[in-house]
Amino acid sequence: MSSPSGATDLAPPDDLPVSPKPKRDSNSRGLRLPQGSGRAWLFVAPVLVALAVVIGYPVVRAVWMSFQKDAGLDPATGMFVEGGSAGFSNYTHWLLQQCTLPGGGTEPCPTGNLGSQFWAAIGITLLFTVITVTLEATIGLGMATVMGKTFRGRALLRAAVLIPWAIPTAVTARLWEFMFQYNGVVNRVLHTHILWQTDPWWSRFAVIIADVWKTTPFMALLILAGLQVIPNDVYEAAKVDGASAWQRFTHITLPLLKPALLVAVLFRTMDALRLYDLPAIMMQGNPATRTISILVVDQVRQGSNSAAALSVLTFLMIFAVAFVLVKILGANAVATQEEQRKAH
Amino acid sequence: MALNKASSNKARKARARAASRRSSLVSRAALATASVALLTAGLTSACSSGDGSNPTGQNLGGRGPITYVEGKDTTETGAVKQLIDRWNAAHPNEQVTFKEQSNDASQQYDDLAQHMRAKQSDYDVMALDVPWTAEFAAKGWIQPLKDSFALDTSTLLSPTVASATYQGTLYAAPRNTNGGLLYYRKDLVPNPPKTWPELLADCNIARDHGIGCYAGQFAPYEGLTVNAAEVINAYGGSFVGPDGKTATVNSPQSRAGLQVLTDAYKNGDIPKEAISFKEPESQNAFASGKLLFLRTWPNFYGVAQADSSAVKGNFGVSPLPGKDGIGASTLGGYNAAISAYSKHKATALDFLRFLISEDAQRIVAEGAFPSVRSSMYDDPALIAKFPYLPALKDSIASAVPRPVTPFYPAVSKAIQDNAYAALTGKKSVDDAIIGMQKGIEAAGS
Repeated sequence: MSSPSGATDLAPPDDLPVSPKPKRDSNSRGLRLPQGSGRAWLFVAPVLVALAVVIGYPVVRAVWMSFQKDAGLDPATGMFVEGGSAGFSNYTHWLLQQCTLPGGGTEPCPTGNLGSQFWAAIGITLLFTVITVTLEATIGLGMATVMGKTFRGRALLRAAVLIPWAIPTAVTARLWEFMFQYNGVVNRVLHTHILWQTDPWWSRFAVIIADVWKTTPFMALLILAGLQVIPNDVYEAAKVDGASAWQRFTHITLPLLKPALLVAVLFRTMDALRLYDLPAIMMQGNPATRTISILVVDQVRQGSNSAAALSVLTFLMIFAVAFVLVKILGANAVATQEEQRKAH
Repeated sequence: MALNKASSNKARKARARAASRRSSLVSRAALATASVALLTAGLTSACSSGDGSNPTGQNLGGRGPITYVEGKDTTETGAVKQLIDRWNAAHPNEQVTFKEQSNDASQQYDDLAQHMRAKQSDYDVMALDVPWTAEFAAKGWIQPLKDSFALDTSTLLSPTVASATYQGTLYAAPRNTNGGLLYYRKDLVPNPPKTWPELLADCNIARDHGIGCYAGQFAPYEGLTVNAAEVINAYGGSFVGPDGKTATVNSPQSRAGLQVLTDAYKNGDIPKEAISFKEPESQNAFASGKLLFLRTWPNFYGVAQADSSAVKGNFGVSPLPGKDGIGASTLGGYNAAISAYSKHKATALDFLRFLISEDAQRIVAEGAFPSVRSSMYDDPALIAKFPYLPALKDSIASAVPRPVTPFYPAVSKAIQDNAYAALTGKKSVDDAIIGMQKGIEAAGS
């Protein structure tokens, strides 16, 4: 993130695996391998093997498991037997919220069955994502603007702002849990009697507050990096032309900041979509804050093949969101670069 | 900026070169994908090939060192270490190593399940939380205690033996048990209530003193399952039939039981904040004098009697209230089971016999774990130390094991989510009970 082209590094890296980075072309030309060389394969083989073991195998295994039935009880012996092939029944269980009856038929999953909570969990996850990322981007932009100014005590401010990000999430969650207890400090200070940990909307609100408190510094830091590469002479020129502070912000800062801002939003969105620890620790079993990741962990204890199907669905959801963002983001980032070039 | 422009020009050229290479890259990518797929296919088949033979018939005569696995030993006396030291002193060639897990029940379960799924032999004897026993048995992970592995349980409290029995076969040795108790303020209520109507009548006293009347653990977690099950059991309801599968909760008795809780919550006899109570919060409320009655476990007795407690010397314990007599406590505690994959099962069986022996159970009782031997509840020395023992004995004698089902996590979730919906007024009692019934029926899917 040290130069504006840092942002474009996040565009689809189509030429990464075999070629060295373009900027190293001049001094590495002597080492470049002929196309299709077996030696190139030799060099990338360790990475491929590592990727196959740590990414390829788990993904393929999860997909394979998701098409297997969970072990069922044999009524005669009372022992579990392997379920065999499931077809798409694990997926319809989640997507259509259909539960299999002991007799073999299906019915809509009843409350308390995890199958009935899929769409609710998706909704809660998306709700958290949209609200927290929006708030974090807005507040983070404000914080970064302040941190980017030169003034006495700036180093102190930057360190202080980073503290929430440095605290482990589990500890953060515990602290907020204590504060949001019925007899906790929040109710005392506000003179309220809100059941923060059980009331559906207040509990979601509490999770959002804690998440924003924790991750805004991360956002601010990424945005600050983007701010610092905007050259000062542009501002000076604008000042000479008589632009107001607000005009400078909307016409210079925001457009030039866009690539960095979008990368920060992408990171946070992916992060928020797999939110687990904060609501899991702060709200424990509260159904109102059960995100999709919490549902996966609950399901693992009840049947891992069905949980694998849920994981695959989660994977697809995050992939789809990321795909849409990268498409928009990639296009925008490139366009901004070109505009920049044209402008100068 | 000039520098920037130069470098981005260079990047553009590089991109053009990359585009020309792209066609050859496609075929390379296909090759890479294929090799990944081959490799993973190999791994998958290597992992899924089982040996086929039944592990419960193997290593029956094996003797040697074994490992005992249990959650963190939180007793002041270090009871688990004492037990193991006692055994090790007498069995120099068959030493027991204590593998201490974390304090969190879910983590303990996950750890055990992972080792069993991997068919590992490094856990020989496992302490299973009562509700896990049926599942471990049905999955073939633990050794049935029959025929040459039969265990004499005649001296043990029968509800504890029932909790370790699945489909008529004993699968584990009850190591310690646990029953709920009703803590009451004896300075305000001289005679503890025996029934729910009596308890609710006493709520006038709480109102006069401006404190909450009754609380248990009503946050949506395992504690709510226990509390809801106790009051439903007290009114004659049940959850699953003896086969461990048939749902039986849809009955007028279950409705009557759940109705008592929801009415008490609605009219304020159970304070509003109790909906977020787990053990610590509920115990804090009682220890700071904000509650007249509290349902919780015996290990709270020492805390309530400590100097920091506002109710020190002013409280007593009695068995849980019922419909028209003593109620039904849900049984907690741990059962010790032999892993089906253990290599030294003969030693493990001897260790189970030792765990239920008079000697070992005294160590258990002195560690403030409720013992599984009824004789420990009549021992004057122990009663002097733990004054709640007589009440606890009554509580456990009438106890009902938690639903014995291999689908316990799903059954528990169905109970707690529906009970929670009923308490918070999202569902009528009728709908909640029907929801529990359907949830238990669908537990296997």
